[in-house]
Amino acid sequence: MNKFIKWGLLVLALGLLGAGWWLGLAWAPPDREMGDVQRIMYVHVPLQWMAMLAMFINFVAAVAYLFKASWKLDSAAEASAEIGLVLGTAGMITGAIWGRPTWGVYWSWDPRLTSEAIMLVTYTGYLVLRRFVEDPEKRATWSAVVAIIGAINLPIVWFSVRWWRSLHQVQSSPRTVDPEMVLPLRVSAFGMLFITLFFMAVRYRQALAERQAEVALPDALPGDVPMSASHNPSKVA
Amino acid sequence: MSTTPPRPRAIGLVAATLALLRKDLLIEWRTRARLNAIIFFALATLLMFSFALGPDTKLLEKNAGGYFWLAILFASVLALGESFRVESENACMDGVRLAPADARAIFLSKALGNTLLLTALGALLVPVMVALYGVRIVTSFMDLGLILLLGCLALSAPGTVYAAISSNARARDVLLPLLLFPLVIPALLSAAKATTLVLQGDPMNQFNSWLGLLGGFNLIYWGVGFVLFPRIIED
Amino acid sequence: MPPLPAPALALHDVSKRYGRRWALARLTYALPAGRSLLLTGHNGSGKTTLLRLVATALSPTAGRVEVLGRDAMADRESVRRDVALLSHASFLYEDLTAHQNLTVLARLLGIPSPQDAASALLTRVGLTQRSDSPVRSFSAGMRKRLAIARLLLKAPAIALLDEPFGELDPQGIRDMERIIGELKSSGVTVVLATHLIEQGLTLCEERLHLQDGRAVAA
Repeated sequence: MNKFIKWGLLVLALGLLGAGWWLGLAWAPPDREMGDVQRIMYVHVPLQWMAMLAMFINFVAAVAYLFKASWKLDSAAEASAEIGLVLGTAGMITGAIWGRPTWGVYWSWDPRLTSEAIMLVTYTGYLVLRRFVEDPEKRATWSAVVAIIGAINLPIVWFSVRWWRSLHQVQSSPRTVDPEMVLPLRVSAFGMLFITLFFMAVRYRQALAERQAEVALPDALPGDVPMSASHNPSKVA
Repeated sequence: MSTTPPRPRAIGLVAATLALLRKDLLIEWRTRARLNAIIFFALATLLMFSFALGPDTKLLEKNAGGYFWLAILFASVLALGESFRVESENACMDGVRLAPADARAIFLSKALGNTLLLTALGALLVPVMVALYGVRIVTSFMDLGLILLLGCLALSAPGTVYAAISSNARARDVLLPLLLFPLVIPALLSAAKATTLVLQGDPMNQFNSWLGLLGGFNLIYWGVGFVLFPRIIED
Repeated sequence: MPPLPAPALALHDVSKRYGRRWALARLTYALPAGRSLLLTGHNGSGKTTLLRLVATALSPTAGRVEVLGRDAMADRESVRRDVALLSHASFLYEDLTAHQNLTVLARLLGIPSPQDAASALLTRVGLTQRSDSPVRSFSAGMRKRLAIARLLLKAPAIALLDEPFGELDPQGIRDMERIIGELKSSGVTVVLATHLIEQGLTLCEERLHLQDGRAVAA
């Protein structure tokens, strides 16, 4: 990616995040019931949305890899899973911080929290698997399979946990959001989107460079195997 | 020497699955000491739950369904790992692949073999659970059998896919549970709930919906495994 | 004029990489139909990789492998029916008996009476006495005999033999030579990788010497 675009993205992201959070902290009205505590929403909600986006990108990259293998798709899958895991963890921590004064507890076994915890464990497993397989082709194929199976599982987890809990406690009703809260939320969400894209771009380039170093022809042999001779047999067959 | 016999026709998916399943069961039978160890491991797990909880028998009775399925889940990790360890010794999996056997038949045979093994294990655990936890079967044995079969099917299909992956990776003993546990939570949840309903009565008729969830889980993962498994074992 | 028969096996610019190491580098070679090939080279020169590529146990990183005129990647199933590999790993289940190991394979191959086929082969390789002992109790030489029985059971058109004389006693080597001779006289293409160049040269008409994954003059 062009250097200019990359750093522009970062500046834009920081600007939007700064503006969004200033609006959220200083301009938007406090929540009627929760008071100032609710302002953590402008951090928490964008984090959660972007974690979802990153996991979705991971799923798409994994499916695409199985159809047409390429190091780019594998690198995109790795980058998005890592970033998604970081965002999701940050989202969960901010959620717990929010939960403590609101519900009186850091953690509750409500469907959303439970599903998210399971999602984080799923992608931790995915990244651990990637560390434990040396062969780049096998790592890419196997982790794509694991990513797909894990992603398919998330909606099932969501429904089953909701069902499981609903037998005991009533779902909390969806919150209505004041229009004056929408603007800061929207601005921070776009800021978070751009910073996610920035990190993703950086991490993607790192991953791609790692892959290329892994599959590069060592100097010891005469370099007459073309680098472009693809890693993927189905492409060259 | 006599000339080579006429070339037999290639066998179909079902025949290959049965041939491989027969082989797996034969190996299980011939190494039944290993099988026994897994059974005793599951029994010990059931026992340990009662120690972990202390002398509160009410609690044991209430959670019996969950403990029962956790014992099966832990045993399944061992059984799945074993069933692929046998194949990696002497590169037997290569031998089967090159025979040639359809990779999907390998998936079906391994998943079915593990289902049979776990179901049998579960059937052995039921009387022990009844005795240790002081529960009784309120609705019917049929319901319990059905939930046992569906639950073991649900553990085996994704378990086979992940065991095939982790048996070839470093740190395979850690990797399999790490991948498998979050995945089978919906199956575990519905199986445990349904078992609890069998043990404590089902006044609100929820049993069938849990059964349905388990059935859906099975359909999805047997399908996904059938499609994706060949990608794992063919380089 | 009838068309020329397809070469028994043909490698077109084949490369295979393991991690960062190239085991085969741009190898091109064709083995004419009806001839047998001796593969020589030091340890790590790519002999085993070449055999495993032809057996379709591996797929090439680049290039194309053809077996009996068929693409080893695209027609994998049909190629697998026609080739059999005797490898370093024996493909034997340690917990099953010799007879059971062969019966399992015979069932997979769809051979009509698997038990009888297994017994017949055990006689042929001289393992009748131990047919009901588990492989776990076998010596290295006996495993090799059982592994060759497994190969013969497949009745392949191409037999790929990776160090078939390894771990055999002098009698075992003679038996193996006899079996390879029988394979050849029944029209099987033999590809033989071995350090025993003398035995190899008497058995094979063609020779390919590998060094660092490339073909060089022997």
